[in-house]
Amino acid sequence: MKKGDITRRPSSPSRSGRDGSKERPQRRPDGGMRIVVPLQGVVQGRGGLVLGSLIPCALFYFLQLYIKRNRPPPTPGSPSSAAASSSASTPAGAISTTIQRTLSRGVLSPRGLPALSARGAVARAGDDDSLYYAGLRRCADDPYHPSSNPSGVIQLGLAENHLSLDLVRRWMEEHAGPALTPGGDDEARELTIRGLATYQPYHGILALKMALAEFMRKIMQESVSFDPSQMVITSGATSAMEILSFCVADPGNAFLVPSPYYPGWDRDIKWRTGIELIPVPCRSTDNFNISITALEIAYNQAKKRGVRVRGVLISNPSNPTGSFVPKQTLRDLLQFATEKNIHLISDEVFAGSTFGSDEFVSVAEVVDELEDLDRGRVHIIYGVSKDLSLAGFRVGVIYSYNESIVAAAAKIARFSSVSTPTQHLLVAMLSDQKFISSYLKINRERLQKAYRLLVDALKQVGIECFKSSGGFYCWADMSKFIRSYSEKGERKLWDRLLEEAKLNVTPGSSCHCIEPGWFRCCFTTLSEQDIPVVVERLRRITDGHKSNR
Amino acid sequence: MVGKLLPAASPALSHVATSGAHGEDSPYFAGWRAYDDDPYDAVSNPSGVIQMGLAENQVSFDLLEGFLREHPEAAGWGGAAAGSGVASFRDNALFQDYHGLKTFRKAMASFMEKIRGGKARFDPDRIVLTAGATAANELLTFILANPGDALLIPTPYYPGFDRDLRWRTGVNIVPVHCHSANGFQVTVAALEDAYEEAAAAGMRAAGVLLTNPSNPLGTTMKRSVLEDVLDFVVRKNIHLISDEIYSGSVFAAPDLVSVAELVESRPDVADRVHIVYSLSKDLGLPGFRVGVVYSYNDAVVTTARRMSSFTLVSSQTQKTLAAMLSDDAFAEEYIRTNRERLRMRHDHMVAGLARAGVPCLQGNAGLFVWMDMRRLLLGGGGEATVADELRLWDLMLHEVKLNISPGSSCHCSEPGWFRVCFANMSLDTLDVALARMGRFMDRWNKATTPQKEH
Repeated sequence: MKKGDITRRPSSPSRSGRDGSKERPQRRPDGGMRIVVPLQGVVQGRGGLVLGSLIPCALFYFLQLYIKRNRPPPTPGSPSSAAASSSASTPAGAISTTIQRTLSRGVLSPRGLPALSARGAVARAGDDDSLYYAGLRRCADDPYHPSSNPSGVIQLGLAENHLSLDLVRRWMEEHAGPALTPGGDDEARELTIRGLATYQPYHGILALKMALAEFMRKIMQESVSFDPSQMVITSGATSAMEILSFCVADPGNAFLVPSPYYPGWDRDIKWRTGIELIPVPCRSTDNFNISITALEIAYNQAKKRGVRVRGVLISNPSNPTGSFVPKQTLRDLLQFATEKNIHLISDEVFAGSTFGSDEFVSVAEVVDELEDLDRGRVHIIYGVSKDLSLAGFRVGVIYSYNESIVAAAAKIARFSSVSTPTQHLLVAMLSDQKFISSYLKINRERLQKAYRLLVDALKQVGIECFKSSGGFYCWADMSKFIRSYSEKGERKLWDRLLEEAKLNVTPGSSCHCIEPGWFRCCFTTLSEQDIPVVVERLRRITDGHKSNR
Repeated sequence: MVGKLLPAASPALSHVATSGAHGEDSPYFAGWRAYDDDPYDAVSNPSGVIQMGLAENQVSFDLLEGFLREHPEAAGWGGAAAGSGVASFRDNALFQDYHGLKTFRKAMASFMEKIRGGKARFDPDRIVLTAGATAANELLTFILANPGDALLIPTPYYPGFDRDLRWRTGVNIVPVHCHSANGFQVTVAALEDAYEEAAAAGMRAAGVLLTNPSNPLGTTMKRSVLEDVLDFVVRKNIHLISDEIYSGSVFAAPDLVSVAELVESRPDVADRVHIVYSLSKDLGLPGFRVGVVYSYNDAVVTTARRMSSFTLVSSQTQKTLAAMLSDDAFAEEYIRTNRERLRMRHDHMVAGLARAGVPCLQGNAGLFVWMDMRRLLLGGGGEATVADELRLWDLMLHEVKLNISPGSSCHCSEPGWFRVCFANMSLDTLDVALARMGRFMDRWNKATTPQKEH
């Protein structure tokens, strides 16, 4: 290989100004003598009164500017001290921790420490600002427990399904061990270490794709079937969404996202891809339905700004509202996407967690219907974290009707692949038809019950909820309890809920809801006994509150 | 009705999706495809292609199987332990905390210490888990480098880096050229040259990435060279990533000198040093997808942890491996036995190649040998070229039916070197491969020996 033959990546569009990292100017070898010498003249009084005062001021100003521009990059001092404190626990690790802290004052290296990338630095800032993450942290620090910590923070902000864990656990206890222990006979050969341990396709083993395709068909009322070859398995829906985003849009491009939407997308999608998310507000007067008119307006506004919209992103069932996107709206969305020649991404992770009387319609059903459509613009995100309560397994799905996207995503999946033993375990579970049917049925019943319990509890204290048909949340209207009808007012209420009522709920602003006062409350982490506690806690806020509307 | 896949005429895909940066058009991967089409099997396809291009460790599977057989609760859900069932299950099924299971991180830290003979200590809270070393390397690249920046990497290097480090990140690789004259060791001059090259091309060098033990060379880095590299990164105020994925596969002297050892005696470098590890090679468990980012820089640890949301390891896998790795007796025995078996395989391979008249770079680690076939490229007059090397590679693949990795796909500056794996097959298969090699060399020697008698 000749010198100069650098393996250079195809050039990516310039992103100056977006990443906020400054170019470091040339280092001055003279040690700043250019400033000292003229100063001598001024000090010795040769400059005259006016110049004698102006010049030092000017020089001082420039000195400050010089220092500012040559300041070493932000060192890992205070922001990370919280993280560092946890590493101080083990004496064995003390050496590296102590060294680290001393260094962070930037003493030894005159030029400071090597910087992190813009993407490395942005993340931490973003997380610190978001109420969504702040609430999760608060709860993690002081979690409620009926007997050991009755005054702790009750978690209503994290979508974990505790309602049907017992069903899954029982299955695991009976089947998991044998499923993974190396067997002697041919039948179990696949499950020997050799079968489990060796390299497998990064995009998932065929058996799992087939099992998931069948599972997805089942939860969508068997009205549509899925082709395993259009599927890419990744380590969780979070990575599925990111990988798909990498495939359909470039840095600086945007997705239109009907709001309110899942707060996690702000980090999951924007962080490393550089894709912008443009909220397209839906209104309560409209039942938070997606408005094509609003999408049209947002699309044109983006165009005026010079931002290229690459797709529309929806969740169905919706997070946070819990409603289903009507079939006609899905058709309209496809029409819109076709007109603009953009992608349509449907996050359907809650498709199996439906309750109530309405029927869920996946975008897959509508795609199937329309023969002459260019299906290559439609993609579905799925995962087992919600519907099967198996968040710890990290199994997500990208299902795309575009074979180029499937091929690209399959290769990118190498960065987010799933353990083979986990895949096998999941195959075993999904293949147990009897268990799956029973699980889905019981889980739905429990979801329905828990939903009703929380909705009724909230009603007791005067809080109305939007009608949900699926998912893990009540979308609650607490606007009458906020003093000023604004985002600030909502934030104050959220603060009170967290600090006084010790309830962690997700404020609508984190979901980009334009109407203040809506809060997302998860009902799947509550037991029946917790409900009266929640009611009592809420009364701390709602009682004696004069309605302001 | 199954949806038909229409050709994707519109809408457009992203640059990432359409770029060739996935690198799967290189010979490295072409060989794999040839193998997939015609794989060797002792019984059903004895003339098929033998896969010698995959660095997988299959020599110690029985040890792992033995452990799982004796400790079924590791793989199962521990229902036996009274009262622990529900809580532990809930933790496992739901656990998706990007901190990773504490027990697993502790077990991993202890394993990493054992591998280094206790010469360095690892803090479990600095361990960030990722789904494989591939993800760990990409993660660090995202965190330490901006799009358009460059990583300086000594050649020859693992072909996968071209894809893993550049594809989504937008970061470039500038090679640090190493030569056989000094056993392909990194020199300060080469580092400086690469740094200048990057600057001349308008790229900011974000760091140096070493693989120690080296893939594809199969050698460990000398302490003095490592010190030089550390001095260099301090001088340039850049980062150092040390990919130590083969650290447990050092089977002969000299012992591994890990950068972790040096950091403990050099406080000035800590903030810029980051280590990548994985269980794929040392434990032979690539299918489990377990990688580690270990950083001495708090900011990097915090950010890496959050970024690992995109590449978490399943809780069930963490649990199983925690049980295995925290069993000190098992871990020590495994490390020792694995090393011994690798050494035997390595020596067997080197001896077989020597008999065939093919020398190798003297190696002491890894799952492969760096084979010297330069002699076979000469004779056409003039210097050997990459084209010559690829012709030979093609010959090896399609006639000798051995998939070996050409040095050019590892960006080696000298044509004629090949990486050949020895641990991903049975001993019998290895012997078949060596026999084929022997026959090939016989034919070659006969064909190229100048006719003296006339």
